[in-house]
Amino acid sequence: MHIERLITMANDIATYFTSEPDHATAVNGVRDHLTRFWDPVMRRQLKTFVTEGGEGLLPLANEAVEGLNVPAVLN
Amino acid sequence: MLSIVEIDYGTPKAVSANTVILQIDGKNISVPEGTSVMRAAAQAGINIPKLCATEMLDAFGSCRLCLVEIEGRKGYPASCTTPVAAGMKISTQTPKLAEIRRGVMELYISDHPLDCLTCPANGHCELQDMAGVVGLREVRYGYEGANHVFARIPASKGQKAAIHGRTHELVPNPLFSPKDESNPYFTFDPSKCIACSRCVRACDEVQGTFALTIQGRGFESKVAASQDNRFLDSECVSCGACVQACPTATLSEKSLIDKGQAEHSVTTTCAYCGVGCSFRAEMKGEEIVRMVPNKDGHANHGHSCVKGRFAIGYASHPDRITTPMIRASIADPWKVVSWDEAFAHVGSEFKRLQATYGTHSVGGITSSRCTNEETYLVQKLVRAGFGNNNVDTCARVCHSPTGYGLKATMGESAGTQDFDSIEKTDVVLVIGANPTDAHPVFGSQMKQRLRAGAKLIVIDPRRIDLVRTPHIKADYHLKLKPGTNVAVLNTMAYVIVSEGLVDHDFVARRCEPEAFAKWSAFVSQDKYSPEAMEAQTGVSAEAVRGAARLYATGGNGAIYYGLGVTEHAQGSTTVMAIANLAMATGNIGREGVGVNPLRGQNNVQGSCDMGSFPHEFPGYRHVSDVATRELFEKAWGVPLYNEPGLRIPNMFEAALDGSFKGLYVEGEDIAQSDPDTQHVTAALSAMECVVVQDLFLNETAKYAHVFLPGSSFLEKDGTFTNAERRVSRVRKVMAPKAGYADWEITQKLAQAMGYPMNYGHASEIMDEIAALTPTFHGVSFDRIDELGSVQWPCNEEHPNGTPVMHVDEFVRGKGRFMLTEYVPTREKVNAEHPLILTTGRILSQYNVGAQTRRTANVMWHDEDRLEIHPHDAEERGINDADWVGIASRSGETVLRAMVSERMQPGVVYTTFHFPESGANVITTDNSDWATNCPEYKVTAVQVTRVSQPSEWQKRFRAFSNEQQSLLDQSAAAQPADTLGQQ
Repeated sequence: MHIERLITMANDIATYFTSEPDHATAVNGVRDHLTRFWDPVMRRQLKTFVTEGGEGLLPLANEAVEGLNVPAVLN
Repeated sequence: MLSIVEIDYGTPKAVSANTVILQIDGKNISVPEGTSVMRAAAQAGINIPKLCATEMLDAFGSCRLCLVEIEGRKGYPASCTTPVAAGMKISTQTPKLAEIRRGVMELYISDHPLDCLTCPANGHCELQDMAGVVGLREVRYGYEGANHVFARIPASKGQKAAIHGRTHELVPNPLFSPKDESNPYFTFDPSKCIACSRCVRACDEVQGTFALTIQGRGFESKVAASQDNRFLDSECVSCGACVQACPTATLSEKSLIDKGQAEHSVTTTCAYCGVGCSFRAEMKGEEIVRMVPNKDGHANHGHSCVKGRFAIGYASHPDRITTPMIRASIADPWKVVSWDEAFAHVGSEFKRLQATYGTHSVGGITSSRCTNEETYLVQKLVRAGFGNNNVDTCARVCHSPTGYGLKATMGESAGTQDFDSIEKTDVVLVIGANPTDAHPVFGSQMKQRLRAGAKLIVIDPRRIDLVRTPHIKADYHLKLKPGTNVAVLNTMAYVIVSEGLVDHDFVARRCEPEAFAKWSAFVSQDKYSPEAMEAQTGVSAEAVRGAARLYATGGNGAIYYGLGVTEHAQGSTTVMAIANLAMATGNIGREGVGVNPLRGQNNVQGSCDMGSFPHEFPGYRHVSDVATRELFEKAWGVPLYNEPGLRIPNMFEAALDGSFKGLYVEGEDIAQSDPDTQHVTAALSAMECVVVQDLFLNETAKYAHVFLPGSSFLEKDGTFTNAERRVSRVRKVMAPKAGYADWEITQKLAQAMGYPMNYGHASEIMDEIAALTPTFHGVSFDRIDELGSVQWPCNEEHPNGTPVMHVDEFVRGKGRFMLTEYVPTREKVNAEHPLILTTGRILSQYNVGAQTRRTANVMWHDEDRLEIHPHDAEERGINDADWVGIASRSGETVLRAMVSERMQPGVVYTTFHFPESGANVITTDNSDWATNCPEYKVTAVQVTRVSQPSEWQKRFRAFSNEQQSLLDQSAAAQPADTLGQQ
């Protein structure tokens, strides 16, 4: 998928959690949201993007994606 | 004319804990206090003659036919206006009463046409019935005197002139009015009117439009629409309540005039909006004579709107396609095939796609226009048959934020009340909804409550009708700028917290304390003071403070909201902000309060309940939840995928990158209803097998490779779940025109994919849903038949259903306040796009218009117009009805302008009922952060006067013409022996 679209969507999610005063809760919030609602292919694509630098992602999104669980095998 | 099967008790049911015992015609009768004598008698099987009384209206006491004698009382009181009293002894039939009644009827009939045998009301005319009941045998007055019956009458003696030797010159009758046939669905024949006022009262009391009146005095009294206009030109909204109330043929459905009286009646549920009205389909064999709202319907109590009652002609429209068709490419003509060929073709294509591109390369989309059973089967086909979770529903583009926001705060993705709860509401808060247009029957109930004294707060960029309508004026109209819902709700929260209006007792007992403390601190920030936000929201601080105080302290406060809340980049945040306000003020968990999403389509709630979101099984249980997944794996006999699938916009993205190749769409028109049309059609064009199951060759079907003809709601069994979580039966009144009910088609597709499904009846599907879904454990077709309808949760704990949720505790335990930071949308006005476009609906049309455009409802709305404030119009040299181009960063379209002061300067508005309008050509890919619900309600645009259609419209027309010709070619090529089969 277009990575720009995924970046926008991830940043939108991160923006919602920005007002959360507890940083760890905010990071978990973004990560949990991505895990619960995003197709694993999208998660993997975003995670790969982050390992390659993740330019354009908000710091909170970046941090959340770093620890994001992506299934090893996608059939 | 009332329903052919309902008993009319004459006056409304009284509700009282006290019982009164009285005697009528020697029978002891006990009824609730407040019951009329007429009703008490009728409940005991004693029918007192009546004409101006009907159960749907308050007693009026004008016809003087229902008089009775009461022991110890003087005179002959009208039984409709006389309430029962303990120990009353009443006689309904005495020689004196008979004489009076006969006298009354004699007068009525002396001014009524005697064409009974050819009259449409014949067989069900209350006037005729009463003439029979009172034993009228003669009319001593004759028929020649002053009357409303004849168009021409003999000239009076003074005027008489012996022209051409004739002595009986006829002159126009000043009391006569010709038949008004302007309304497409009913006629008004004043010559048959008995001036009982039932129509006028129905318009006032039931619909609340006040379009009808009795004009003139004495014998000149007559019913008039608005200022004696034709019905079509009047304020009449064509709800039909007057037609239903009319005891004669004065107001008659044209379908009744054409077809004659129905011979049986089947109770079913409307297929339009989320009110989910119960109707009696009054039938002649398999033909519908008329639809009459069911007075026992729990959602509508005998009321309807122009769509549900009248706009059903689409079901038999010649555009209906009734044979399956396939084609290799969308540039090819359609080939008509047998059902078996069609199923085999889809099965082999989807298997080929999965073998070539992987398990996840196909998916399905279901619709809020489908029944629960159909939706359930589509998601089952995807999860169990396709082996992935790529299933989504059109709620994605409407109420998905409701699901997210209410689940996060209260624990259940559904509205908290039943509609009748509003009867106990003191303050009604309407935000981003237009009930009188989009949910008209509930809108009428709301208007009744407001006229009875409830206060009203409207939060909407437009001056919707509710803001100022006869005998209603909003106490506050917060006319905010589109896209600032969260800001306004946060300022209200600020006022409630800072002015000490929080219901601390409720919060302490019912909500998570840490979350409340965090929220309370959050909304107390200076930036959310109404004064600080004024410039951004465009709403005066004073109005916000007043509205917040009223909602928090005015008694029972109930919030009603619609797509003006959800279809924003902050849709889910707004839903959570609404829930926060309700929890902070203790407005949850009892009658009269609550958070009430008004659902756009009839089965939005149901389609969400049935597991049609890619991350959830039926009953809102996540696919990663092991216990739930095992339950479904056991029941369905296959391993199920434990990760969320693709949402609709994800499917489009995946199609464009080549990984998503096959789509099964049931009852949804994504090419018209989804945002950024050109993006959607590019995605559809990139797929190898698009299967559309629908009544018509809709916009999506023009990009399809397989067309499977679906069935209308009249042709199948099932259930719909309305905005109140009310599950009601849809009952088959005629055979499916294409041979199969939709659930049968899905079942056959599953079989063609090699996954076994063998349901014999829709009820068996509901039995499976009930077995697998805790909130539905008690639901079955039999149980619904027994109760009429039932609101889930319906299970061991709540065998009769649940009108009000979260009563003692929230579904999630403690209520959770969520933080709701206001984040301005990316869609900002600038020099290039200086106006904000927002979208909405109109009463006479429904959603993408596939149904209502194929009915006479186009007489009220035959094109989408761009509403623009006079100031913005003048600046651009735009006059009413000019063609204007509307350009956004996504695209451009052309509509005609409607200059309107309902708009605020800087904001323009349109509806999206006609595909060629291209409203979604201009909407963008912005979406709700949590659910990807599109931001339909905010698009920055420029508007200019133009003289020709947009480039997109030209391409659209060319493409539509081409697709129509490919369809015509298939009809021409169809072998004669397959025509009309199945």
